[in-house]
This record gives sequence, C-alpha cells and structure tokens, in this order.
Amino acid sequence: MSYDAQFRVWRGDDEGGDLVDYTVEVNEGEVVLDIIHRLQATQAGDLAVRWNCKAGKCGSCSAEINGRPRLMCMTRMSTFAENETITVTPLRAFPVMKDLVTDVSFNYKKAQQVPAFAPPPGLEPGEYRLAQIDVERPQEFRKCIECFLCQDVCHVVRDHEENKESFSGPRFLMRIAELDMHPLDALDRQHTAQEEHGLGMCNITKCCTEVCPEHIKITDNALIPLKERVVDRKYDPVVWLGNKIRRRPS
Amino acid sequence: MQAGVSAPGRATIAERTLRTDRWWQAPLLTSVLLSIWVLYALVRTVSQRAYFAAPEHYLSPFTSPCVTASCPPAARDFGTWFGHFPPFIPLALITLPFLLGFRLTCYYYRRAYYRAFWQSPPACGVAEPHSKYTGETRFPLILQNLHRYFFLAAGVISLVNTWDVVQAFRPEGHTFGFGLGTLIMLVNVVLLWMYTVSCHSCRHIVGGRLRNFSRHPLRYKAWTVVSKLNAKHMQLAWVTLLTLMLTDAYIALVSSGAISDPRFYN
Repeated sequence: MSYDAQFRVWRGDDEGGDLVDYTVEVNEGEVVLDIIHRLQATQAGDLAVRWNCKAGKCGSCSAEINGRPRLMCMTRMSTFAENETITVTPLRAFPVMKDLVTDVSFNYKKAQQVPAFAPPPGLEPGEYRLAQIDVERPQEFRKCIECFLCQDVCHVVRDHEENKESFSGPRFLMRIAELDMHPLDALDRQHTAQEEHGLGMCNITKCCTEVCPEHIKITDNALIPLKERVVDRKYDPVVWLGNKIRRRPS
Repeated sequence: MQAGVSAPGRATIAERTLRTDRWWQAPLLTSVLLSIWVLYALVRTVSQRAYFAAPEHYLSPFTSPCVTASCPPAARDFGTWFGHFPPFIPLALITLPFLLGFRLTCYYYRRAYYRAFWQSPPACGVAEPHSKYTGETRFPLILQNLHRYFFLAAGVISLVNTWDVVQAFRPEGHTFGFGLGTLIMLVNVVLLWMYTVSCHSCRHIVGGRLRNFSRHPLRYKAWTVVSKLNAKHMQLAWVTLLTLMLTDAYIALVSSGAISDPRFYN
C-alpha cells in the first residue's frame, strides 16, 4: 500500500536555512532514509544527506526525526501515522554543513585525545592472555557504531557549546571505561576521565542510553561504573588507604 | 557566545524541540509523585503520631529506630539513647538524614530530579532552560560522590527495619504470631533490601571495581547477581517509595484504632 506523506526537511547551510515542506510517496516496508532518497531523486536533487550501509551498522545517516536523534535507515515509516507530518533535521549539536549533513569532527578530535590500549611493559602482541569473563564486560562497548547520536543528544554539549572544550561526551567516556576495565591496559584512565574528559559534567540523565541504536547500556554499564572508579581514586579515603596498605592489583 | 542548539554554525531552528510526543509527561509525573511522597513523609515524621501499634508491635519505618524517651517503652527495641524530643522533631532523627542522603545521591533519583525539577534536561532532545552548566563538578553537587557511604548506612538501617519485622512476629503476650500488618512490613523490608542491594555503588563495591573477574570468582558471582537487580533499580526505587508509604499508613490506621489488624496466627 502506498500513500503520500507530509515531510518537513531542514534545508540550508551554515549561513542559515529553514524547514521546507514536501509531499513524498511512501511504500510498504520503507524507512525514513528511503523517503529522503526518493525526495532527492524526484523533487530536491541538491538535497545533501550522508548515508552508507542502510543497515544500521555504519552510523552515517544520523539525523533528528520529529526532534529525536535517530538513524534514518532504522526508522520505519510504519511507526508514523499516515497523516502525520514528519520533520527531519540535521543533528542539532554539531555545526551544519549542508541540509542534513553536519560536521562531526568534534568527535574525531575527542577520539584522538583518548590514548589507545597500552599493554604492560614487557608484554608483546601475541602474548596477551585473557579470560572470557574478563572481556565480556568491555565487549559490550565494542558494539558502538560511532553514529554519534549519544554525543548529539547529550545536553552537556548540545545545550552548552562552551562545554565542548572540556567534555568528551558519552561515546568517548565509554571508550575510557572500556579501556579502564581491560585487564591488561596499563594506563591511568581514571584520573584523565575526570580531569581531562569531564566525567564530572555528566549528570547521568541517560539520554545517551535512550538513543543508542545498538542498545548499549552506556550510563549503567560504562558511565556510572567509571564514576565509581573515579570516586575510588579521588573521593574515597577508605579505598585510598586500603590500596596504600595492600598494594594488590584488582 | 549564544548557548545551546542556537549556537553559531548549527542548523538555524527556532524551536526548543521538534519532538511531537508528550515528552513533558514523564518529568511532570515524576515531580508530582516525588512531591506527594516528600509531603506525606514530612507530615508523618513531624507529627509524632500513630507510629506504633503496641499490641501487634508494629513500628512505622519512618520512626525506626525509636530510641528517644518520647517513644512508648515497648517501641524502644534498641534502648533509650535520648531524652524527650520536642514537638515537630522526627523521632528517627538519627537515621532519616542517612536515608534521605541515600535516596538523594542515588544514581536513579539523580536522573529523576535533574530532569523533573532542575530540567537539566527535561527530556532528551529538549533544550534545558539554563545558560550555564557545570554538572557534578562543584559544591554542592560534587557531594553526590558520597553515595557509597550513604549506601553503607542504608544497609545498617535495613538491618534495623528487618529487626522491626522480627518483632512484629512477636506480638504482645505471644511468642509468635502475625497479621496482615506483619506481612505488609515483611514485603516492605524485602523490597527495601532489594533496592539497597541493587544500588550502583553496591554493584561497584561487590565486584565492579575489579579488572580481573577471573581471579575473584565469588565476587564475580556476586557482581552478576547485583547486576541483575541493578537493572531493576528504577522500578525498585519507585516501588519502595510506595511500600514505605503504605506500610506507614497501615500502621497509622491500626495504631489510631481506625481499623483492626486481621490476625492470621495468634
């Protein structure tokens, strides 16, 4: 069954822009990205949209659909009423380049600031030995497809541009948590998480978890455990004393 | 610099949010329910009335432990530590600040009240009204990091609540007996334990802080169990608010003589 849907798509660039109304054909089984492609093919040939896999695995087609950060390729048209007007805008936390395409280089800069996995001295690649139960926990975070929806929705940077300098966002705090939970990582992640990546700015309101298309429990399994690890290091005199006395690796 | 979603370079969209669902419902409901609960608890704790049913030995969780001379002697299971309390001072003054601290610094409640009361943010993708934001990096919110100490205190208080239930199985003049009130208190204390144990700090302490689960199999097992409970922390947070209120209300009704407690044994 086909029908004509009402779409409002943001058109413009960094100089300005507006929401433009379109009427586009929708067929059974389609997703929002299909409709954007049809719009591009039939009515707006210069509409800029970033996409790649169309399978929810590349993280390219991130946008805001009816105000909610979503992957366009994973948002089924059947979730909307036929008479509903669907608004599609670019991610609102990042600078816009053109139409639905934003400049997400903020994320790449933050990624560069997280040092890669560092094995202990003397342990060469090929000599790493890990028990399955030790890697299961950080493996959840490896599902991340870097769509940056969590970065987009996080109010710390979305609503406060000035915080972009001092806050790395949920995706990269999760990366730090992943490395801090790694049994063989030798770097001090806890201190830098708080002092350089702004973990204290997170007020655990869980929007990152709500929008994650991979259903990673970012807040409960990465951010809160990382906060607790930082408390061990910075705010808990009993743990500090215990570590001084025992000097035993955990 | 212009703040938030209107910052230079971003897509020029005037609306605070383009969400079309009823995003305001959840924060509104949260603020109403939490306000009702706080008001109820305030009235009940400062009233110093109908908190103990002597024949059944039901002591309200809002007044436990009752260790002042203002409490009836039978309610003072842990002795008399203080003299008479003046009016409007909660009789459980030594425990209430810790319980309040435990809930206030709880990771779930933080999410709830940051969204509902402080609107930071009110909902996902809805711009918050504040022009500046420093999160939990400064006083007083940096004190949220004390949550684990409140958790330990809450554990001790749960032991006290458990003892109250044991006492409710030993009504006046009998070595054993129970009624509807005993079962209500029992359900309440079981749920309180579940809420306390499902705490994120508890999850960290029992095993979350480890890097090598394989070297600590017992702690890994404990962490696995707490993690399962932790997934229900939000539900337990709400359910325990309800059971605390219901338990107290039931004891108030029995204590004041408004209803009589149905007895199942004795």
